[in-house]
Amino acid sequence: MAEEIIQIKDLKVHYPIRSGFWNRITDYVRAVDGINLSIKEGETYGLIGESGSGKSTTGKAIVGVEKVTSGQILYKGVDVTKAANRKKLNYNKDVQMIFQDSMSSLNPRKRIEDIIAEPIRNFENLTTDEERKRVQELLDIVGMPSDAIYKYPHEFSGGQRQRIGVARAVATNPKLIVADEPTSALDLSVQAQVLNFMKQIQQQYNIAFLFISHDLGVVKHMSEDIAIMHRGRFVEIGDRDQIYNDPMHIYTKRLLSAIPKVDVEHREEHKKERQRVEKEFLDNQDKWYDKDGRVLPLKKVSDRHYVALPEDMIQEELKEGE
Amino acid sequence: MDKQTDVLLDIEHLHTAYRLQGKFYDAADDINLRLKRDEILAIVGESGSGKSTIASSIIGLYDQKNTRVTGDILYNELNLVGLNDKLFNQIRGKRIGMIFQDPLASLNPLMRVGDQVAETLYYHTDMDEKQRHDRVIELFNQVGMPRPEEMYSMYPHELSGGLRQRVVIAIAIACKPEIIIADEPTTALDVTIQAQILDLLKEIQKETHSGIILITHDLGVVAETADQVAVMYAGQIVEKADVKTIFSNPLHPYTRSLLHSMPQTDSNDEELHVIQGTVPSLKNMPRSGDRFAARIPWIPASAHEDNPRIHEVEPNHFVRCTCWQGFHFEDEK
Repeated sequence: MAEEIIQIKDLKVHYPIRSGFWNRITDYVRAVDGINLSIKEGETYGLIGESGSGKSTTGKAIVGVEKVTSGQILYKGVDVTKAANRKKLNYNKDVQMIFQDSMSSLNPRKRIEDIIAEPIRNFENLTTDEERKRVQELLDIVGMPSDAIYKYPHEFSGGQRQRIGVARAVATNPKLIVADEPTSALDLSVQAQVLNFMKQIQQQYNIAFLFISHDLGVVKHMSEDIAIMHRGRFVEIGDRDQIYNDPMHIYTKRLLSAIPKVDVEHREEHKKERQRVEKEFLDNQDKWYDKDGRVLPLKKVSDRHYVALPEDMIQEELKEGE
Repeated sequence: MDKQTDVLLDIEHLHTAYRLQGKFYDAADDINLRLKRDEILAIVGESGSGKSTIASSIIGLYDQKNTRVTGDILYNELNLVGLNDKLFNQIRGKRIGMIFQDPLASLNPLMRVGDQVAETLYYHTDMDEKQRHDRVIELFNQVGMPRPEEMYSMYPHELSGGLRQRVVIAIAIACKPEIIIADEPTTALDVTIQAQILDLLKEIQKETHSGIILITHDLGVVAETADQVAVMYAGQIVEKADVKTIFSNPLHPYTRSLLHSMPQTDSNDEELHVIQGTVPSLKNMPRSGDRFAARIPWIPASAHEDNPRIHEVEPNHFVRCTCWQGFHFEDEK
């Protein structure tokens, strides 16, 4: 069993809402509202959610660019929400990020060489030759030609730029990479390329990924463990099979039924099923959420499968499944 | 049924070229398409394949100086290519409705959404103010906006992405157009909202008997909504058939490669299929030979036609070039 590389305990990120004459804090936006998760070494953890669910905020909180309201992020057993601890553990070197928009995440005025070398320069002391060699290696890993180091970001296509982003994230030999929608701006065939490179790198360097996406097909392809996020909390966590073949929470079912399927023969049935689930979701809000519309606490269903439902409904669902 | 009157739009030998550094390059190359009433025609392709170029050629929204459009786009005997602005303004918005990808960019941020829908009615109908208001409320109901009276006086930034797209759809269908062109209408939306918007488009079509041209890169969306499908690669249509045929019996190597590279929700741990190389840019487009040949280098050159034409391989199933006949993926025999 692989060791846990990072543990998140009751993480909360709240943004204050100010209003009134004195501009006092009147309420909070609960972007992330108490989530627990742990990522194992060399494995991919998939985080699925729609826009506004708090998935990106979670990712940003983990890499340390978002201020945490409360809760802990444990790395090697030490809470890294404090900046001093991050420095001591080399956390900023060990945890890297891949962004969604490759154009805005690469400095347009820098050459690829400088872009990829920047994290190396921050954390390591290499001579110019060593550094160039390392950059070449990294470009090689993501399948880019060696003359790419002299070019600027705009000279590349979207897929190539995203691969440069991957190379930059790998540059410091990280243990964990937070990938926030890394392929959602890419075409299908290019997406396949980037995903394959990410998998290769993972196997080669034993890197853990937190793979954040709204695309359930991509997440399924990439991850072993999956969490579904809604309104700042997890509604369901489990392994791939449990989430895709045996979903229990209505929100998970709703997401799964909404994915367009490449099955022309049965599209009318899919549509009916989707509309049935949607109706159930809308009609029984109070059954699935608490009176403030928040997600209920997670309950254990089986070894790795947890769902945010009251005990009696879990039993009901289990019976139905049989 | 009378075949002649069923055809809403007949595109024949359409070439759309953009001027780059003084020379014209074809972004859409010899496009032949036919849109019928009650039909959803999907145009699928990756970025740079020319699918949006076709849309802008149909509705005449292009830079006149730097774009050259030739061929015929026949709408009721009227050729939309080279039509003057005055006539075009009577057709755009009234006969042909348009839905764009980014609803925030296609709405005026300083105008109430209700007024934006009413504006279309003001230009194209002779309704008075009261009638226009009532029609907008009716439209908001039709596109499934909650509390339409309240929504009327909202500004775009106050609405969610799904609601904004509904407003754009309301504008597009306000004058009951015969043709609706939807350019990536759901790409910016979440899957659950996407499903709702696609359902809505189908419902509207059932009511108004219009024809819809759906431009998308998402094969899942195509499989769920389209009737006819045209697959585009590098400015050309490479395969054209009805939706069942495209997914059950895809023939062109590009269509097959695309379907092969999809991460499926019922797949296992295998590597995803990658199409080698990249789409040639407009300037570097090969002038002769099969444009897809460079991406399937293991297929011998003799399998390709010198000047690939589109062939009808079975009734209503068109495939470009002959290379599909012996095509296999690199890792299979």
